[in-house]
Amino acid sequence: MSEVLVLVPGAADAVRSSTFGLLTAARRLGEPSVVLVGPDDPEAVRALGEYGAAKVYVADSPELAEYGSVATAEVLVDLARRLAPAAVLLASTRLSKDVAGIVAVRLGSGVLTDAVDVRPGSRGPVVTQSVFAGTHLVDSEAVRGPVVITLRPNAVDPEPAPVPPAVERVEVTVGEAARRVRVVSRTAKASSGRPDLSEASVVVAGGRGVGSAEGFAVVERLADLLGAAVGATRPVTDEKWCSHEYQIGQTGRTVAPQLYLATGISGAIQHRAGMQGSRTIVAINKDPKAPILAIADLGVVGDHHVVLPRLVEEIERRTQ
Amino acid sequence: MRIVVLVKYVPEPTAQWRFADDLTVDRAGIEGRLSELDEHAVEQAVRLVEGGLDAEITYLTVGPVRAAEGLRKALAMGGDAGVHVEDPAIHGSDALATSLVLAEALRRQGFDLVLTGMASTDAEMSVVPAMVADRLDAALVSFASALTVDPQAGTVTVQRDGEGAVDEVVAQLPAVVAVTDQAGEARYPAFRAIMAAKKKPVTTWSLTDLGISPDQVGLAASCAVVTQAVPAPERQAGTVLVDEGDAAVQVADFLTTRGFL
Repeated sequence: MSEVLVLVPGAADAVRSSTFGLLTAARRLGEPSVVLVGPDDPEAVRALGEYGAAKVYVADSPELAEYGSVATAEVLVDLARRLAPAAVLLASTRLSKDVAGIVAVRLGSGVLTDAVDVRPGSRGPVVTQSVFAGTHLVDSEAVRGPVVITLRPNAVDPEPAPVPPAVERVEVTVGEAARRVRVVSRTAKASSGRPDLSEASVVVAGGRGVGSAEGFAVVERLADLLGAAVGATRPVTDEKWCSHEYQIGQTGRTVAPQLYLATGISGAIQHRAGMQGSRTIVAINKDPKAPILAIADLGVVGDHHVVLPRLVEEIERRTQ
Repeated sequence: MRIVVLVKYVPEPTAQWRFADDLTVDRAGIEGRLSELDEHAVEQAVRLVEGGLDAEITYLTVGPVRAAEGLRKALAMGGDAGVHVEDPAIHGSDALATSLVLAEALRRQGFDLVLTGMASTDAEMSVVPAMVADRLDAALVSFASALTVDPQAGTVTVQRDGEGAVDEVVAQLPAVVAVTDQAGEARYPAFRAIMAAKKKPVTTWSLTDLGISPDQVGLAASCAVVTQAVPAPERQAGTVLVDEGDAAVQVADFLTTRGFL
């Protein structure tokens, strides 16, 4: 069975549910081999084996962090040329878009981004993408491979399939091309202590209808009660009622949680594009014509300022 | 200094999009516009020059005849000239082929700094900037939320907005920089600027002008084929209730029934 290369861009990523979903998807196409950027932390290697990584290629060099996507892409390209894998899989992140683009150019391969499903086909992997703001599903197959696929978080549910992983260190040479771009400083974004937005199973999100930073604080209280991540629309982050990191939609994060609870969100197409894949949607909006009510499993025509504080109280009462 | 901004003419986001018979996006029958995300790149180029950078701004687009409207919109925001690569053989090109056309056009045009948006609002792949940079052996910085150019040092310094961290990145010119919607609001051109833009030069190139053979691009050269395009299953119509004081209780009941409480 052919190998399927799976990029894990850091040891911390090795224990993320998106990585486990990626490995689960890779098993459908062949034998998953992880390309781990960073030290071969035994915990990380063990976690990867738990989800079926029979091989872990370790690319450990401080220069990879300093020189970014080109250097990482070159590691993948060298391995892909040596191993002729059935596919190269990456999580849909900003870094991976750069890496995927470079790998596809160097290998002359088809690239399919933001997949919501992958499965084996008669000619190779079949990839499903959700397009036109989530209104259409498109199936594609690569004519020239190995196909480079980026997979959306939560697209494939992680299923364990333990194997003992074999670790192989690969040589890292940062070439001239990679050295033209250098990271001179890195400021980690403040952690909210909440689940990662892209991977959370519950997301509580607020839109323009929350009215103010105080109105948004109730969204955060409800999120904490539900152990959820917090999301927002672009107007809310533009008004700085919350951090830009919370933005969901075309130019923000794409989420597909089990539950998406939206308040004060009308559901403009740019926002729907980022949350349409949610399994269950609950929406609260003053305007009975708000498009989000048409896609909600439960819609409430009501005022955020009235309904949400009451909902917080009600949930506090029930969960005490 | 030569700045080239890559811009795309895309279907209007609010229009009813559909697929043509060959499973490409129907671009002929749908109203189009300059991609909103590329407007941020146009804005950054114009601001660099307004900030005192001695540079000439050229806009480059690849697309059907109507794509020239996108160039005119960009020129109304500022800048000097437009280049339109238009050739029927390009229809149906995938990201790899599109990046080839852009790279060859950039080679012919000459450039020090290439700016573009973080994604197109139609395909939304965000891979073309990396592909173009790699083909041209230029430095790549994507998802830039701010940038400054140092022409003496021949560098561009970028604030790169990643998922977990914000990086300060220094890239040697020539470089390709893709900017995010956080870089700054795009301006609305005034009527006089729109009229003035009509007089700015726009050059049209064909594939022959770029030394690209028609069999290197288009649907037939695509590295991936679409086998099926269907409407997503409609979400099951849910319950909509009007708050009469008990909506919070009903939402809590719903969450309990579904196992979220």
